[in-house]
Parts: sequence; structure tokens; C-alpha cells
Amino acid sequence: MEPVLSIRDLRVSFKTPAGIVQAVRGVNLDVAPGEVVGVVGESGSGKSVSFLSIMGLLPPSATVTGSATVVGTQMVGVSAQQVRSQRGKKIAMIFQDPLSALNPVHRIGAQIVEMIQAHQDMSKADAHARAVELLDIVGLPQPDVRANQYPHEFSGGMRQRVMIAMAIANDPDVLIADEPTTALDVTVQAQILEVIENVRQRLNTAVVFITHDLGVVARVADRVEVMYAGNTVERGLVNDMFATPHHPYTQGLLASLPSHNKERLKPILGSPPNMISPPSGCAFRPRCAHATDACASAPSDLVQVGSTQTACIRAVELAGGAK
Amino acid sequence: MSDALLRVEHLVKEFKVKAVTGIRAVDQVVHAVSDVSFEVGRGQTLGLVGESGSGKSTIGRCVLRLIEPTSGSVIYDNAELTTMGREDLRQLRRKMQIVFQDPYASLDPRLTVGSAIAEPLEIHKVKSDHAERVAELLTLVGLSADHASRFPHEFSGGQRQRIGIARALALQPNFLVLDEPVSALDVSIQAGVINLLQDLQKEMGLSYLFIAHDLSVVRHISDRIAVMYLGKIVEVADSEHLHEVPAHPYTEALLSAVPSPDPVVERQRHRIVLQGDVPSPINPPSGCRFRTRCPRAEALCAEQEPMLSEIAPGHQVACHFPDSTPVSLRGTGNVRR
Repeated sequence: MEPVLSIRDLRVSFKTPAGIVQAVRGVNLDVAPGEVVGVVGESGSGKSVSFLSIMGLLPPSATVTGSATVVGTQMVGVSAQQVRSQRGKKIAMIFQDPLSALNPVHRIGAQIVEMIQAHQDMSKADAHARAVELLDIVGLPQPDVRANQYPHEFSGGMRQRVMIAMAIANDPDVLIADEPTTALDVTVQAQILEVIENVRQRLNTAVVFITHDLGVVARVADRVEVMYAGNTVERGLVNDMFATPHHPYTQGLLASLPSHNKERLKPILGSPPNMISPPSGCAFRPRCAHATDACASAPSDLVQVGSTQTACIRAVELAGGAK
Repeated sequence: MSDALLRVEHLVKEFKVKAVTGIRAVDQVVHAVSDVSFEVGRGQTLGLVGESGSGKSTIGRCVLRLIEPTSGSVIYDNAELTTMGREDLRQLRRKMQIVFQDPYASLDPRLTVGSAIAEPLEIHKVKSDHAERVAELLTLVGLSADHASRFPHEFSGGQRQRIGIARALALQPNFLVLDEPVSALDVSIQAGVINLLQDLQKEMGLSYLFIAHDLSVVRHISDRIAVMYLGKIVEVADSEHLHEVPAHPYTEALLSAVPSPDPVVERQRHRIVLQGDVPSPINPPSGCRFRTRCPRAEALCAEQEPMLSEIAPGHQVACHFPDSTPVSLRGTGNVRR
């Protein structure tokens, strides 16, 4: 199947007084229609920046190169107008903090109407009716009443539902969900994950789910991309990735989680690299127990090892049990 | 359990707020903590879990009298805190310290790490070589002694949290309130800080009140867990027992909502998705505060408030219809209630 989102050699850097920060360093990704891809990584791994760059939402200090096509339309290195014509139409995004993404002085309904009319030729009355229908799809009780209320009258979970309604207003092919449940309590998170799952099933929208929570990924994703220091270091189907991870970083991440037996936790030693001068070769090597001299010049390409694709040059050897 | 280090009895904290209805401001009361009692045993960790607005952080602050409780008592090592005079309280605070969630906001950016850690020693006029003690504390939390001359911005989140812990330990306390100490950290870093807290507890015989919303972390570190909902403790039990037999419907829903980092488990598990939102603590529901979202609610629940009572040794629940079946026997599949 043709991918709805196709990213090739995406690179993002920021000019800062301290130097050039290489936030994203050559990401490749294909997303098929209707699939949920979980993108995991820790703070500063470039997972959010990658997708903000595709949406044209980065500040002017950012330089973006490479290619990202959404259903055939290029989003990188093109005019702001072309990006705008696709944003909210073929590709939409929801964020961690729905309150700052909503305009406090406009009614919810009017904000959704604005989104619909930006891309569709529809009368205000029809657009309003559509807005109410969208609020119903995302499970907002009394959608006709709620459409006339302001953002402050909604709880955090309800605001996130509104954001999802707005994001799917023009029936996009791809929905980018950037930590959409991180600010929410777990019982509310469970509700929002259910809404996203319903949207995917109903509209066949592909979802890119960016999160640092491995539990959430295990729950929602079909496929997982693990990012570290601006690169994808491992990729695989969700079951394979959690059962037999091959990259030492993925292994370390999973091992650092508290498990049900009260065994001592295993943190990953050290901290993520400074992205102004990241280590050569494999960026994880300063923290890796298996690093050798060859790692300093290792390519970042993903190679099939067992059931996953990984950027670790020692993965085959390590999986075989050799030293 | 009468030799508990900390005993909290019938603690109440209400905040007065002004709410604007129409053009008039009306005085209203937020019932943040309503009649809460619990104990923390010596050398033990009590995990206090609950969602935003459940009152868990307010309890942490009331216990240290960083905010004044409205009523109730806090008894630390047989001394009543709530009626204690300023000077006695000051002395007692050497034994009770707190570590906050945000390692960026809780350190003064213009103080060197050494001065920040030595500050409590100066405030309490401890007569010892402060520099030596700072070096000792830094080493204790896994940093190095020469970090003392550096400033907070030179450290990562995990390192800053270690500095916060070193400062809390400066006066050799027996009891720490840990208010979401690892919530702001990435998982790989979080693990190291949790290990440190456990090591320190073992070495120094510390008791912890561990406040958090991440249930997997709380399960890992706590001996006992108290679950809060809208200002009330709804269930208390030993950590593993609570996970095996969550008797309160809120505890059951909360535990089932925590995503497990195992896709196979995730796709088969029995999950209860609660409907609606937490009601306002300004006007909590009558009777049982959870009844508006409870799958088991009956008429009785609105009329009469369920009291926290023991259903098994060490396992207390505030519910008229507690379920004492182990969770593994409660049916499978996604059940929506």
C-alpha cells in the first residue's frame, strides 16, 4: 500500500548562541494508511521536532532539509503557503497541552468551524452542524450545548477531545499525536486513547503517536520507532520490539522500568549527548556497555536483525550470545 | 502499628476561594482533604496515589505544616505538630524534610550547589565543617565532591534531583516527604534516582511518604499504598496485596488504566474505562464521593458515607460494596462499565 506519510533523510538543526544544535539527523519513516506508529524516545531525542518540522511549525532559527511527503505532497523546502494548504487537511496534529492550543476567547464550535472553512467550501450553518457532529464522534456529552461554550469551561480530558475533533475536521490521512495524554491523569488517559482508537477505526486515519511512555506505546501502536539523539535506532512491530529488542538503548529503556517483582531497577548510566557536538558514529556508545572502537564510526542505517531493524552494528553478535 | 513514626488523624484542609457567579463574588470552600487518617511505620514507605486534585500533595504539605491544616492532628514520634509552637516546630523540622517534583524550580539558580546544600546547616546553626559535610552528602547521592562549586544550570534533571535529595538529607532527618520526586525525569534516569532513594532508606533507616501519580513507580518503592479520591483515602493496603485484590472500584479502575509496557498483556487485559470527570472539590457528591462514576453505586451510596474499615488484616476500604475477589479472577476482556 502507498504510504500516506513518507519521510526521507529528514534533518533539523537550530542556530543557538552556543552553536548549531543537530536535533534531527537523518530520519526515514513510512506510515501506511490506518496504521498506528509509536515514536518513543526521551527528552531531546528529536521525536517531537521531527514532526513539528513537517508541519511547518518550527521557529525561524530552525533549518530543515530532506523530504517529507503527505499523500504525495512535499512538506519540506516548499513555500509556507503550500504547507498551510495541507496542514489541517491531509495531516493534522494534536499536542500535549490542549489549553494553550485553543483560543480562550472564542467558542469551541467557532474554532472548529474555522478549521472546517479553512479547507472546505461550506456555509457557516453547515460547518457548525458538522462541528457538533465531530464533537459527538469524540464522545463529548451534549455536543450541541458544548459547542457554544468556551475552553475554560472544559476539563483537561474534554479539551483534548475538542482538539481531536478539530484535528479530524477535514478527515486527514495522518494524525500526529504529540504526547496527547502526558498531561492527563491515567483514568482520563484511558478515555483519550479510546477516542483515538475509535477515530482510527472509523476514519482509517493513520496515527503517529509520539510519547515517552512505553506502556502507552504497548497499548496503542502497531509498529514502534525508537529514537535516540536525532536518529531512529530501532524499528519493529510492537510485539517484537517489546519481546526481543536488539538495540542496547531499547533494551536499556525497557530494563529501566519498574517491574512487578521488586528487583532493583537498572538505569541507563550517563546522560544523553550534547547535540551541538554529538559523538561520532553511534551516539549511544558513551553510555553503552557493549561499545567497541568500531562503534565510533558506525553508520546510522537500520539493519534487519531477527524480527526488528536496528542501527546497532553489534546487534547480530550480541543477539547470538557472543561477547 | 502503634509505634508508627508518623500518625495522621482526621486531617482536614479546606481552602477558601472566591467564585464569581454572574457579577457577584461568592465565598466558597474547596474541600481539598477531608478527614484523612493514616500511619507511616518506621523505616517504611507509604505510597500516596491519586489523580490531580485528589489532595495528595496538600497532605504532604500539611504533614510538615508548610500549610496549616484546618483541623485534625499530625503526630510525629509522639509529638503533636498541629499545636506546636514555632521554635519547637523548627527543631522538629530537622527530622522531617521534603523533596519536590521540579528539580529546576526547587534550586536557587544563583546559589552554588554547595551553598544550597549547606543552607539548612546554617539555618539550624549546625556546628560542624560545612564544606566537609557538603562533600560527604554529594558523594552519598552519587555526585562528586567537586560539584559543590558549580551552579544548578550545569546539571541535568536527574543530577538536580540528587542535589535536592542531598539538601533534604543535610540535617540527618528520619522522615522525608517525597512529592513526585521522579515525575519530571526520563525513565532511564528515573530508575537511578529510585535506586538511590531505596539505598538511602536502607542505610539511614529513613521513612518515606512517597506521593506520586505513577502507579508502577509507587508499587515498586512502597511497602503500603493509600489511594486517594477527591480528598478522601478510599483504600489502604500492602503494596502487592492492593494490586492483587483492589477492593474499591476506584482502585480497580485506576490500576486497570495504567498501561503496562507489554503489548501482549495490554491487548488482552481487563480494562475499566471510567466515564466522566472527577467532580469539583467545592461541591463534592453526598455520601460516597466516587458514586457518580461508580459502576457499583446504589441508593445507599448517596445517603451514607462509607467509612474506611478493615476487610482483611492491614487492608482497609471505604466502600459499601467492596470486592474481595482477587483481580485475576474477575473476568477477562475489555469490559466497559
